[in-house]
Amino acid sequence: MASESGGPSGVARGPQDFERSLDKSATEVASFEAHDTSPLARFHHFLHANPTAAPVVVLVVSCIVFGIVANNFFSAFNLSLIIQQVTIIGILGAAQTLVILTAGIDLSVAAIMVLSYMVMARLAVQGDVPAVLAVLIGLGVGLACGLFNGSLVTRARLVPIAVTVLVWVLLFSFDLPLIYLVPAGMIAGLAVGWFGFGPAAELRLPPFIVTLGAWSIFFALNLWYSESETIRSQDIDATAPLLKIFGLRVEVLGAQFTLGSFLMVAIFIVLWYALNWTAWGRSVYAVGDDREAAELSGIRTDRVLLSVYGTAGLLCALGGWAAIGRVGSASPQSFYEGNLDAITAVVIGGTSLFGGRGAIFGTLFGALIVGVFRSGLKLGGVDVLWQTFAVGLLIIVAVAMDQWIRRVTA
Amino acid sequence: MSPEPVVKPVMTGRGLTKRYGRVTAMDRADFELFPGEVLAIIGDNGAGKSTLVKALCGAVQIDDGEIRLDDRPVTFSSPMDARDAGIETVYQNLALSPALSIADNMFLGRELYKEGIAGSVFRMLDKKKMRDFARQKLTELGLMTVQSITQAVETLSGGQRQGVAVARAAAFATKFVIMDEPTAALGVKESRRVLELIRDVKARGMPIVLISHNMPHVFEVADRIHIHRLSRRHAVIRPQDFSMSDAVAIMTGAMEPPQEIALPEGAVMH
Repeated sequence: MASESGGPSGVARGPQDFERSLDKSATEVASFEAHDTSPLARFHHFLHANPTAAPVVVLVVSCIVFGIVANNFFSAFNLSLIIQQVTIIGILGAAQTLVILTAGIDLSVAAIMVLSYMVMARLAVQGDVPAVLAVLIGLGVGLACGLFNGSLVTRARLVPIAVTVLVWVLLFSFDLPLIYLVPAGMIAGLAVGWFGFGPAAELRLPPFIVTLGAWSIFFALNLWYSESETIRSQDIDATAPLLKIFGLRVEVLGAQFTLGSFLMVAIFIVLWYALNWTAWGRSVYAVGDDREAAELSGIRTDRVLLSVYGTAGLLCALGGWAAIGRVGSASPQSFYEGNLDAITAVVIGGTSLFGGRGAIFGTLFGALIVGVFRSGLKLGGVDVLWQTFAVGLLIIVAVAMDQWIRRVTA
Repeated sequence: MSPEPVVKPVMTGRGLTKRYGRVTAMDRADFELFPGEVLAIIGDNGAGKSTLVKALCGAVQIDDGEIRLDDRPVTFSSPMDARDAGIETVYQNLALSPALSIADNMFLGRELYKEGIAGSVFRMLDKKKMRDFARQKLTELGLMTVQSITQAVETLSGGQRQGVAVARAAAFATKFVIMDEPTAALGVKESRRVLELIRDVKARGMPIVLISHNMPHVFEVADRIHIHRLSRRHAVIRPQDFSMSDAVAIMTGAMEPPQEIALPEGAVMH
């Protein structure tokens, strides 16, 4: 460590007079050593450095408490049920985590999911489209929805949106059935957007407002497309069993798991890798942390945001595929509370709504905590309304914790 | 007989002009930076020094004039262009990501990948290499105790953050480093540490452009002082030849500027 005196060899151009007294002062200014004092401060630092620690502790403690209080909580059946129940919200929460890490929010995740699975189900069951292709088109629709959000919070390319609407109008006038019309327009917009030409408007709208609007738009599109009609389970079984593949059960150690649960875990692992081991992941955190600083550091923040919203849309569509397997049928009215449940999982999982802080696995634990609470309270004979009450308390405690953790300084 | 070795400028600006609508922020301004020197830029608020600096680091595009880097004309359309050309800037707000670690911040936007398939296909970062490099750079500048390179930047003090930003600039600059008001937000002790850092970076042969309002700091570390006034270069002086009050007088127009532009020894202009 260099000493504080540090006067140059020259004569006149040394430290100022008033600085002479510094020679005697402490010299640890530029040292990087942590100097924790109380156990509380050390705990504070630990939570700050390990954003998943708090949700893990809460999850373990609540499992133990409910295991003691409620009979059958630790039965293989109940535990696998909890995991099945959190699968869809876990996937939506993973998508939401990406967006929230960039200091944004996506209020349209559930609407994207429902629209995507309605496209898959209608095309495969009623539209004579091969199931594989129907799934791919559904994934494309989810991606297109996500990129639509992303372009509005960054630089909006006008051509893809115009193409989408144009294709809708054109095909509508040719009396093409809605089944094909809606996805055709969106896929056309997606394909054109891929080339990224045409004028762009520097919109940079706030994500909250954009996705609130998008939620209504996607929901309306979904009602238009589905004609408010549910695709029945037996029809899916008869024509396109592939759509329900994530509902298949596998037995592991006496507990039943759906393939959807494995999909969820796989998504979390892939995202964990991408966020922690790639430059893209670092830039997601940097953009959410301080967008201007990220820009000056050479990160193309608009691209990062667009990729995040696009990935979120794609994940929602994957969640939609899993949801068909979980529910059995495909209903345009389902998952009305999916948005809020996903945000709940993210917040309880310790990801900060202010961006730049949090960990993807926290969301998985957050979703599990909600599942454990609901299941444990139910087994304990507690009314549904108090289950909801408890989840509300959890959210507020989690946000309060986040505020406290953020205040850490050396 | 061998010719006298001549010192040529690293960067020159000639007739740099920038207009915002009807306001001319920079009016045919000139600029030179020579190898190995600390060039301070001073000027009153609104004199246009920040426009000049932004033009040099690519944040502002000039309307007229020419910038030459190593005697080759260059055009920067973004800070990235300037960075790619070897010019690093320490911004006043430091441009660090508070929640990311010191090592992450140093490599933000220029990460290193692992070799082989892990890097080329899976885009896996070489965290160890980046940490080692960051640790080495901070150690070289006397800023580092070894174990804490993964510490988040927000847990550091103002002076430590400045240290990280300077180390990042010094590590990646190949031509020169621009520092915008590096001591403005710091206390007495931390300012002193940053001035030492400036000397350390200079001692490694890296030229520095220092923008500062703090006359004692400028007179302490600068080899030459570029005085900006009324949207152009007004004078360039050596700190030995003038007092601080003279410099302020020239800057505010209370004193006639010296006719000659002060140059480093053996230096020629292009």
